[in-house]
Amino acid sequence: MEAQGASARPVVEISLTVNGRPHTLAVEPRETLLDLLRMRLGLTGAKLSCDVQVCGACTVLVDGLPVSACTYLAYEARGRQVLTIEGLADGEGLHPLQQAFIDHAAFQCGYCTPGMILAAKALLDEIPRPTTDEIKHYLRGNICRCTGYKKILEAVLAAAETMASRHG
Amino acid sequence: MSVGTLRRTRGGVGSSARRVDGVPKVKGAFQYGSDLWAEEMLWGQTVRSPHAHARIRGVDIAKALSYPGVRAVLLAADVPGRKTFGLEFADQPVLAQDRVRYVGEPVAILAAVDPEVARRAAERVVVDYEVLPAVTDMEEALRPGAPQVHEYGNVLHHVRIVHGDPDAPADVWVEGYYETAMQDQAILGPEAGMAVPADDGGVDLYVATQWLHVDRQQVAPCLGLPPEKVRLHLAGVGGAFGAREDVSMHIHACMLALRTGRPVRIVYSREESFFGHVHRHPSRVWMRHGATRDGRLVNVYARVLLDGGAYASSGAAVITNAATFATGPYEVPNALVEATRVFTHNPPCGAMRGFGAPQVCFAHEAQMDRLAQALGMDPARVRLQNAMKTGSVTITGQVVRGSAPVRQVIERCLALPMPEEPAAGPRDPQALPGGAGNVSRGEGVRRGVGIAVGYKNIAYSGGFDDSAEARVRVFRTADGPAVEVHSAAAEVGEGLHTVLVQVARTELGIEHVTLHPPDTAIGSAGSTSASRQTMMSGGAVQLACRAVAEELFRRVRARAASAGRTLRGELTLADGRVLAAGEPVGEVDNYLDEPIEARRTYHHRPTQPLDERGQGDVHVTLAFAAQRAVVEVDEELGLARVVQLASAHDVGRAINPQGVEGQIEGGAAMGLGLALMEEVQLDGGRIRNASFTDYLIPTFLDMPPVVSAVVEEPEPGVPYGAKGVGEMATLVATPAIVAALRAATGRPLNRAPVRPDDLIGLAPPVASGPPPPAPAVPGPRPVPHYHGLDAGQQELMRPESD
Repeated sequence: MEAQGASARPVVEISLTVNGRPHTLAVEPRETLLDLLRMRLGLTGAKLSCDVQVCGACTVLVDGLPVSACTYLAYEARGRQVLTIEGLADGEGLHPLQQAFIDHAAFQCGYCTPGMILAAKALLDEIPRPTTDEIKHYLRGNICRCTGYKKILEAVLAAAETMASRHG
Repeated sequence: MSVGTLRRTRGGVGSSARRVDGVPKVKGAFQYGSDLWAEEMLWGQTVRSPHAHARIRGVDIAKALSYPGVRAVLLAADVPGRKTFGLEFADQPVLAQDRVRYVGEPVAILAAVDPEVARRAAERVVVDYEVLPAVTDMEEALRPGAPQVHEYGNVLHHVRIVHGDPDAPADVWVEGYYETAMQDQAILGPEAGMAVPADDGGVDLYVATQWLHVDRQQVAPCLGLPPEKVRLHLAGVGGAFGAREDVSMHIHACMLALRTGRPVRIVYSREESFFGHVHRHPSRVWMRHGATRDGRLVNVYARVLLDGGAYASSGAAVITNAATFATGPYEVPNALVEATRVFTHNPPCGAMRGFGAPQVCFAHEAQMDRLAQALGMDPARVRLQNAMKTGSVTITGQVVRGSAPVRQVIERCLALPMPEEPAAGPRDPQALPGGAGNVSRGEGVRRGVGIAVGYKNIAYSGGFDDSAEARVRVFRTADGPAVEVHSAAAEVGEGLHTVLVQVARTELGIEHVTLHPPDTAIGSAGSTSASRQTMMSGGAVQLACRAVAEELFRRVRARAASAGRTLRGELTLADGRVLAAGEPVGEVDNYLDEPIEARRTYHHRPTQPLDERGQGDVHVTLAFAAQRAVVEVDEELGLARVVQLASAHDVGRAINPQGVEGQIEGGAAMGLGLALMEEVQLDGGRIRNASFTDYLIPTFLDMPPVVSAVVEEPEPGVPYGAKGVGEMATLVATPAIVAALRAATGRPLNRAPVRPDDLIGLAPPVASGPPPPAPAVPGPRPVPHYHGLDAGQQELMRPESD
């Protein structure tokens, strides 16, 4: 990025861990975590959609909890562990949630999918075998415009089963 | 078309094949328009009108241009070619010239080195407006003396359908007035794309769109470039639903890229997205239904107004659809339909899932319920008794030649299991209407059931020569034969690309199929809209595959002949092998020393435009759906909850059953949105709720269980007998839910979305005077002249080969 225009704006240095890798960056106080991920680190899996923390397309996990990266200042993430969709799978494989989303066609355009999957991961970390109602309530802040949610519900239930059976 | 003889190949037609875009989408690697990035890229920003109607006295760009980091600021005078664009009529300025006609109309564009600089610089563009009187009510716009949106008046198009004897008497008459609101597609991925200047003086545009070629038809003339120098490539599409049929940032990004010599990306903010695409037309509909005492429809009158806002977009086609479907999927021997698409100074309206059919479906289904009540009949029986079938004649005089299982969809829908009644005793507050917000104990909760039936055309109608091209190449790889499919058809999330792969697998018996990235290097596939791509691009891939197979069989026969053998029986392909009369002849690989390639174009059967009496064989294929909704209403609090949505859909044949379910479930959610919450609220042409905090979309908690059935009666004359399935669920969900709300409350709710005040009787039903007089027919012809714009307008809905 060229310095002009942006050079006059103040910056502050922060360190954080993203998908297991440490980063130290000079960020503007107004800069959001989403801008940091997408524009500085090139991690475009988290999406900007509503820009006001109601649709969940920008959901990432900070210290394991879902946050809306569109309204979460990069500065707030200093010293924390950030997980994005790019860091969810182990290597080339797929996380059980990712596999379940494919098996159940729990996406169409896919724009909400990274956020939806990460929110679902936070849910399953907290409640490994959620009920249908628990899933619906937990994911109510992640809007999907395409699927009508039914297949997302099925995918999360299926992933919970897979993960529970793996952990015995 | 043979349907029963298809050989099953893994992941072929009829199977719920896994989506081809699945892995990148779940890994966050799928590149949407807003994810594009290039070295040296600049960021585009749009300056928009704050007024619904104003004259532009002048624009001062000096402060913006001198802002550090700004590379270009462009105005209407900088548009290199034609100054206007449009989907059907080029009536919309690329950048406002002397006048703005809606709040949000682009006036200036700029490019800067980062998005924050671009935003700040945009605030420094000073526009001197002389505010003019605006007309923002569709009935006002038709009155004499109303402010004129365009010099040719406030009517884009009027359709009159006269069928049988519109004065025919009936035993029983019911009358009603209905409104639907402006609905936003609320695509989660806002408008986005990147233009890259090319060495040949042209430009490459990567954009999230529904139809690359119609974009190019509009972009190239405005840039003053020949089409071959404007190359479009499909970027990942974050939902469409009609919102991406019209040009948004396309021309702007190209202008800035060509001016600066650098790649320029434009991504709309959410607020901008509300201005940046057309919406579903708000409607006002007056209807009068006449029937015999035993419940046969005799005569229907419909007066339909659609508010199209400031520009034409696809409004002429939308109003034609609304007119032709105004009486529903019923046999109606006599009818008069007067349908007008009006210009106002509201934001422009155009395509949205259903395309004119949802507005009239809301009205005709309420009328059918009213008729049932007046006759003391069961609502389902009235519908069954009047249901269209193959051989029926529509109100445009068209004989329904294809499958028309209207009775079947109604019966299958009603046979789906009902939800359980709530158990006696106190209920979980979370399960009450309003959820945790419901402070009652459910004392005022009433349950209601409603049904609705609807229908819509598949593909383009009215004489348009609709076509789709595809290229198929079969070649040898280390792992056996492989297929590449090249089509410009846009995958917008519905699963089309998976369907195309399934078609190639089935036709060629080869599982390994890849897709060439969609672009304008191949001919047009037409739009991913009108539920048409499975039929049209599926058909093109099928034709190209069959041409490839023909060449392959020629090689097989030639080689056999040179070896002195004659192959008996029909040659077929399965599992990478060639078979003769079902017996293996050899591996396909053996015949691919040279790859085989074919390019084919699919056309559906010709249709006719409507004549002056609104008569004609106007639609290709019709698809039908029935919906049942069960709702609960808290009559004291005005809260509603949909308990269950059950529907049956006529799909001809399901190419991908899982994908069909996805369309039904997602379409139902969008219809639920219009029934209960979705409305672009306007105040003097200004959108009051251009944000997802105030424009509400159904969430996980709003969606009830959705159960569905598909009726598979293959449509004759179309590939695999498959009809499209993209729109019908949206069409019928809204009227079924509102019918259920009427049943629960006993109130004559006549406007969607239904608000809490409507449910508890604080707001009376929306009232209207008599319908406005219909304009003279024939004429005015849509956009007859466009004086004052040097480039003029041209009709675009013509095949490119003309």
